[in-house]
Amino acid sequence: MISYAQAIREAHFQLLSEDPRVFVIGQGTWSPWYAGTSLKDLEKNFGRDRVIDTPVSENAVTGVAVGAAIAGMRPIVFHPRMDFMLLAADPIINQAANWSYVFAGQVNVPVVIRSVINRGGEQGAQHSQALQAFFAHVPGLKVVMPSTPYDAKGLLIAAVNDGNPVVYIDDRWLYGEIGVVPEEMYEVPIGKAAVRRAGSDVTIVSTSYMSVQAVRACEILAGCGIDAEVIDLRSIKPWDKELVFESVSKTGRLVIVDAAWKTCGVAAEIAASVAEEVFNCLKAPIARVTLPDAPAPTSARLEKAYYLDANAIVSTVEKILCM
Amino acid sequence: MKGATMSQGIEIRVTARSEPNLSVFRNMYYAMLRIRRFEERVGELIEAGEIKTPCHLCIGQEAIPVGICAMLDRRDYVWGNHRSHGHYLAKGGDLKAMMAEIYGKVTGCSRGRGGSMHLVDPDVGILGTVPLVAGTIPLAVGAGLASKLRGDRRVSVSFFGDGATDEGHFYESLNLAALYRLPVVFVCENNFYSTHMHISERRANGNICNVGDLYGVPSKRIDGNDVFEVYQAAKEAVERARSGYGPTFLECLTYRWRGHVGSALDLDVGITRRQELKEWLRRDPIARAKARLIELGLSENELVQIEESIVAEIEEAVAFARESPYPDESEVSTNVFSDEGAKR
Repeated sequence: MISYAQAIREAHFQLLSEDPRVFVIGQGTWSPWYAGTSLKDLEKNFGRDRVIDTPVSENAVTGVAVGAAIAGMRPIVFHPRMDFMLLAADPIINQAANWSYVFAGQVNVPVVIRSVINRGGEQGAQHSQALQAFFAHVPGLKVVMPSTPYDAKGLLIAAVNDGNPVVYIDDRWLYGEIGVVPEEMYEVPIGKAAVRRAGSDVTIVSTSYMSVQAVRACEILAGCGIDAEVIDLRSIKPWDKELVFESVSKTGRLVIVDAAWKTCGVAAEIAASVAEEVFNCLKAPIARVTLPDAPAPTSARLEKAYYLDANAIVSTVEKILCM
Repeated sequence: MKGATMSQGIEIRVTARSEPNLSVFRNMYYAMLRIRRFEERVGELIEAGEIKTPCHLCIGQEAIPVGICAMLDRRDYVWGNHRSHGHYLAKGGDLKAMMAEIYGKVTGCSRGRGGSMHLVDPDVGILGTVPLVAGTIPLAVGAGLASKLRGDRRVSVSFFGDGATDEGHFYESLNLAALYRLPVVFVCENNFYSTHMHISERRANGNICNVGDLYGVPSKRIDGNDVFEVYQAAKEAVERARSGYGPTFLECLTYRWRGHVGSALDLDVGITRRQELKEWLRRDPIARAKARLIELGLSENELVQIEESIVAEIEEAVAFARESPYPDESEVSTNVFSDEGAKR
């Protein structure tokens, strides 16, 4: 049993040990202040040439990782806050995401862009954003969001081995989660969701941290006689349509939970696809549990109103079951 | 080259130099003329309506890619931009595949997805040229980092225009390359214009090569229309990079004869441009190289042969491009992701 942060570190350690093409570059890779324990002492194990801490130059640093990937390396570029990663939109979106298509598959870009959602604690609008939908929108990018220690390790290894640009998003709120993680190297396949709890009344599709909350919500709902199924998406793009459609076909009800903005978000995409593909199975309207379409506030009182917890899921599920 | 009117007061340092031998020089002349004739032909085909994709011609600037690439090995990397026909040819890119690409044909180097602005030839170290201004500068630094980590002594050359030095990531990249002592040569092709805007309208301090000083990167301003001078500067910079001493910044002064995009002369920005062009036409890098070659003893007959073989090669490429099929519509969504990625 190790923590989510330790699982991320273990994946890095094994990747750096096994593959000379792998290196880590980004802000704060030598500092627990940025990465928690998720990169602890890696520079001591592998040297500062392969675990590179950088100035705050997100655009060029990410471009350097993309260029090295184009030249055959397997970099993991680290953004300790997703907000700052927007300064690297050019190398991620214009360059990495387009490269394979534009050059007809002759040159691939095996780069992992790791970013951390690091919110709460009265940090406010520019230290809290969850931008998975923003990146998932772009053709040529894959986006994954592990919620368990097992997936944190397996998805990072899969991302590095994928051979395409993969945005790997972890969440500081999950760093203390404990779980069973095999010692050997293994991959969690990108594009496959996981059923966290089987149920028959309603399907809850959730992302990242909200998967933990969704399972908690199920315990509350079970007390009221509601049997909910939780599908942890794990991979935002490509996402596991097959598993979601199968579950909705069984339950006839869908609640999507994503701790990010509602408009044009991940929940909107899933809702649209379900409506397009399995509309006839629906017994009730699809519901979305998301952040409001507003930037993150600072005051603890406003934060409480802004962020989601299990109760928000419970009340939404109850609402659609009454329909 | 001296005299400052055309460059609005910017002086060019004149260096003593030892010239390359006749054979190297002849090859560089050949390479420059090949780019010139290719570009002129593309210009004609644009005017004829056969070529539709936006083409940014480098006529007048040929000495820079040729002088630099003469110092590179096949496996070294070059990175380009929207104006990269010259970089592609100078590094050994396949001319026929580029012409077919400009025609949007499936036989093109990017199978018709790239056009003039997205050229690729991985076998000769061209891993992709793209038009986002300054976008490939950090990529070039990344290839330099890959080279350093592997210890394979490849050099990574970043070609960009003066307009790219107006972007922030240019400075970030210069710093990272210097900080990590990477084998990178930054080659700024300063043709004084970023689309329609003269450098004096864009930079508070027009002296681009001084920016290297901020990061301790050895920097040089050279005559980019003198292929010898470019070659000499490249020799020093490439050797420095290959030996592990880190990056060099070269500001090569030059001039684009045609407009920012398309085949026409770029005279719509007014009388200054017209006078400038007149002066720069007299500094034609190819005419200068030709005069020197004749001095060195190259026969008129050989010059004619060079010209004829180039024209024949280009016409063959045009025929190849015209006859090649377009990509099949089924290819519209292929290769968004690389299937073979995991294998490389």
